[in-house]
Amino acid sequence: MTTTQSMNLLELQGVTVSFDGFLALNDLNLQLAPGELRAVIGPNGAGKTTFLDVITGKVKPTKGDVVFRGRSIAGRSEHHISRLGIGRKFQTPRVYQNLSPRRNLELAVRGPHGPAALLFGSLSAEQRDRVQHLLAVVGLERQAQQPAGGLSHGQKQWLEIAMLVAQDPELLLVDEPVAGLTDEETERTADLLKQLSGDHTVLVIEHDMEFIRDLQAPVTVLHEGHVLCEGSMDQVQNDPRVIEVYLGSDNPEEMA
Amino acid sequence: MADLFASRQLRRWLPWLLIVVAALVLPALLSPFRLNLLGRFLSLGIVALGVDLIWGYTGLLSLGQGIFFALGGYALAMYLQLNELKPGELPEFFSLYGVKSLPAFWQPFESPLFTFFAIWVIPALVAGALGYLVFRNRIKGVYFSILTQAALLVFFNFFNGQQKLINGTNGLKTSTARIFGELIGSDAMQRNLFWLTVVLTVLAFLLCRWLTSGRFGDALIAIRDDEPRLRFTGYNPTAYKTVVFAVAGALAGISGALYTVQSGIVSPQYMAVPFSIEMVIWVAVGGRGTLFGALLGAVLINYAKSLVSEALPETWLFIQGGLFLLVVLALPDGLVGWWRQGGPGRLIAMVGFTPRSSTYPALELDPQVQGEQDQLGSRSGGQH
Repeated sequence: MTTTQSMNLLELQGVTVSFDGFLALNDLNLQLAPGELRAVIGPNGAGKTTFLDVITGKVKPTKGDVVFRGRSIAGRSEHHISRLGIGRKFQTPRVYQNLSPRRNLELAVRGPHGPAALLFGSLSAEQRDRVQHLLAVVGLERQAQQPAGGLSHGQKQWLEIAMLVAQDPELLLVDEPVAGLTDEETERTADLLKQLSGDHTVLVIEHDMEFIRDLQAPVTVLHEGHVLCEGSMDQVQNDPRVIEVYLGSDNPEEMA
Repeated sequence: MADLFASRQLRRWLPWLLIVVAALVLPALLSPFRLNLLGRFLSLGIVALGVDLIWGYTGLLSLGQGIFFALGGYALAMYLQLNELKPGELPEFFSLYGVKSLPAFWQPFESPLFTFFAIWVIPALVAGALGYLVFRNRIKGVYFSILTQAALLVFFNFFNGQQKLINGTNGLKTSTARIFGELIGSDAMQRNLFWLTVVLTVLAFLLCRWLTSGRFGDALIAIRDDEPRLRFTGYNPTAYKTVVFAVAGALAGISGALYTVQSGIVSPQYMAVPFSIEMVIWVAVGGRGTLFGALLGAVLINYAKSLVSEALPETWLFIQGGLFLLVVLALPDGLVGWWRQGGPGRLIAMVGFTPRSSTYPALELDPQVQGEQDQLGSRSGGQH
């Protein structure tokens, strides 16, 4: 990974996040090339979620910088960063329960997001087609008009991924997309993410090792807020440091 | 097919037809006193629509809508105090405090055009400014409610203490003022004001429906249900909340102005803490998140309040408290929500009339089944 800075879509440069002295992230360095599909793993408490929070603007880095397309985005607000082209899928599916899948997607679809645009403008034919297409892709056409709160867990996960795709971000951050999904759904999700990479840059955080193997993506291992190692799944799994960290995680006291 | 079309058309136009008929017929049916009450309660429905917009849809529980309500009332009352005065004359109360010249901020209110805008623009601006500061700092939930109540108290105390500026705790009377040469308190003028209230209530309702029915309304619901999620989708909730809080402020101002001219007075009591809490109760009882519920709650509760207060003056507060408890415990979606979820049918069933079953329509009517039912019933103590 010795690409020049301008080649990278996203770059974390020595990012440290301190919560009252506790270092959730500690001098974290990471580069993502455009079109890359990357998996990030790590034991509980390794700082995976804080890592996403720092990129998406929910948490400001105490030290270091986050650079997206050559521009620093550290300290900017969530909606600015989102508009620059970074989308995020949350660990538990977060869809708007009282709105129908169609309306969920219509809120997410790329376009102006100001109050005036929503009040006086209407969706373009292209946006409508996009919503309809995504409903078909995730198989929610029949449920398109009912409140999303009534969908199954898997359907909500898929709806949220569809919302992320509707946003059409350059960089997709996906937090545990297959938690609580059946094996079949997991496979379909892996296929979907592989399809998305190339046009988009995708970063996936996941616990499920089988799923990561399915993705056939380079893996970054986080441990105590720091990058422990990077490489293919096989390399990483045979790395003695990784084995030690994961065996150590059996004992929760040591992890704190 | 034609029937279906006709019935759908009918259902769409029936409510509006009823409103027009009611507005034309009620002034003839009701005594001037009752008509005036209805007009006042309808105008309270407008402030309730605003509360529903910010609380029912956007999840912002404001306990300070009285501020904007009173500002609208004061704006109109100041104009009426100045109206039809001879040049150089001052409203009467100023002489009590030895004020010799009109305070500067009163002067624009000599203009009817300025007043027309002041009634809703001033509350909207105050609400927008207050809202922007609060929302930008991401203050929400119970902290927002406390802050709005604190702001309400600040305004209340300020208006209460300023005798020389706005007659302090006595407020400004409008019933003895004149407009177009006619006394505001006269029956004819009150009937006109009732019609004006009906028209403005309908317009306010349509405005709120426009705001809540499209993607803008979806964004409000998304803010209520999961605001951080919406941020990560590229929305700035501060802008939405500020806009909708300002709209609710404007509605409160219009409501306050209409209420003032139909009650005959505006006073700092309009900014009393319990009154702003009552506005929330109207919406909760009627059904938050439904615009019709807000209107219904405001009119029903206030009408009940006036009826109960006439018969048993001491008991109203207990009834209102009980009503609120009932709604919180048994009808979380208010009367309208209860109606939509088939509540009336269940109530009838509870009293003992089984609703006709849709799966076996004949079963209930079958003589043999009924005979068995009677036998079993008489043995077990008689259910039917």
